[in-house]
Amino acid sequence: MMTNPVNTVQPLLQLQHVSISPKKSPSRLLVNDVSFSIEAGKTTCVVGESGSGKSLTALSVMGLLSQQLQLNTGKVLFNDKESGVQDIALLSEKALQKIRGAKIAMIFQEPMTSLNPVLTVGYQIGESLTTHLGLKGEALKAKIAALLEMVGIPSNRAGSYPDELSGGQRQRVMIAMSIACEPRLLIADEPTTALDVTVQAQILKLLDDLKTRMNMGMLFITHDFGVVADIADNVVVMFRGEIVEAGSKAQVLTNPQHPYTRALLACVPDAEGKKDLKPIDYAWLPENNTQSIGAVR
Amino acid sequence: MSEYILEANHLTKTYTQRSGRFGFGKSSVKALNDVSIKLRTGKTLAVVGESGSGKSTLARCLLQLQSIDSGEVIFSGKDLAKLDAESLRSVRKDLQMVFQDPFASLNPRMRVGDLVGEGLLIHGLGSAAERQTKVVAMLNRVGLTEADMQKYPHEFSGGQRQRIGIARALVLQPKVVVCDEPVSALDVSIQAQILLLLKELQQEMALSYIFISHDLRVVRHIADDIVVMHQGRVVEQGEVADIYEQPQHAYTQNLLAAIPGKKVVNG
Repeated sequence: MMTNPVNTVQPLLQLQHVSISPKKSPSRLLVNDVSFSIEAGKTTCVVGESGSGKSLTALSVMGLLSQQLQLNTGKVLFNDKESGVQDIALLSEKALQKIRGAKIAMIFQEPMTSLNPVLTVGYQIGESLTTHLGLKGEALKAKIAALLEMVGIPSNRAGSYPDELSGGQRQRVMIAMSIACEPRLLIADEPTTALDVTVQAQILKLLDDLKTRMNMGMLFITHDFGVVADIADNVVVMFRGEIVEAGSKAQVLTNPQHPYTRALLACVPDAEGKKDLKPIDYAWLPENNTQSIGAVR
Repeated sequence: MSEYILEANHLTKTYTQRSGRFGFGKSSVKALNDVSIKLRTGKTLAVVGESGSGKSTLARCLLQLQSIDSGEVIFSGKDLAKLDAESLRSVRKDLQMVFQDPFASLNPRMRVGDLVGEGLLIHGLGSAAERQTKVVAMLNRVGLTEADMQKYPHEFSGGQRQRIGIARALVLQPKVVVCDEPVSALDVSIQAQILLLLKELQQEMALSYIFISHDLRVVRHIADDIVVMHQGRVVEQGEVADIYEQPQHAYTQNLLAAIPGKKVVNG
């Protein structure tokens, strides 16, 4: 295992020149030379359309790429107090299992399909506590109750099954599961897309509070610039596997440099109905691929 | 032409479900509780609310896809709830629906040409050649080609499938189209294209829309009038600009406050 001493200047997570392709056709890059970093206590939003590679990028951080895909090049450097800086891409499955759920946790879009319908939510929250922290008996019960309270569900619901909860409550259970072992990094893949607006606002606020309280880094994947405006510190915009623009929220939202970012912002309807809705414009795309997409201005 | 093309008065719909131990008990949910709406001719009426507010039930009840317990739905002088099956079928030509999920609402075993032409065939409109011409014209209008007629739904992206769904509804030249969350399954970039297409088609074909949505940003752009539903009741209705600027009901105020990114994106 590659282990370096902890570097305090080093960010929590650093992706360096990550490229992902199908194993069968290594030249077809689904994610192409992606680099960005996440600091503790900050949220980085990755924004893009379907097929932009944003979810693949997140999965590579968890070491969860499908069997048909491979990480061609690049490093996924995770900076951890105990083991120092290590490249997740080089870790064995066994070493990854120690990190997943404990130090890096993930929340998915669809809470109904990610929860097991035949187990109580209390049991599902407890699983990772037993696996990673060895909690049992009363201590485990108390911790599960505390976690449920923390995400805003009465602790007596620990014995409920997923189908007895509403969509928002299920997503809260997912969040409780993910933060159970106090991870350093939380990856949220469109966690509010399936929810009603008022519930979405509550969940975003909950995630933001938890991030601050636990000083977590957050990698937040979304296609909604409204959500970005509410939750991001930094923004990475992806298009066809490449990063076209990255920067602070204020920079990207108010002074976008790349034509794709401008086009994407222009097709988001606003609540006041002041601006004209524009269909997305690809006129800026370089002809015959002579120029990299990211370099267009 | 009258001011209102479709009116629903005092609709109620109650769902009963088994509940309690072993399902021997019964409990009922009032999905629609004394709901009245009016659709202005050539305009778009948005029905907004959260899951469980009854907005999709309302859509289905308007088209008589679901029976209502009481109330009336008036379209071109007739109460749809009182029509027999046969007269209802002939009225349905004028009342079409665009569904949310373009993956689930198109038969995967039918070719696009047959999917779009099915309504014409059922209503016996025109000869085979005339139907073919109409289908091609409609597909072209929504941004697809004649060659696409031979393809199956799985060969298309989500946005293209929604275009097929729109073509299928509009080829009959209906008067009222009920759109049930037509863009909520789509990417923002595709969403804008579909919204603009719906707006253009409304102008060209003099359509009146009932637009069901939970996204208040989308509604702001497409609707003229708005109905806010909560737990089966209409809590507020009026013109879009008025309601967005001065929401009267606490629930509407909550919904508007929950729109993500209000300050930054629109600043």
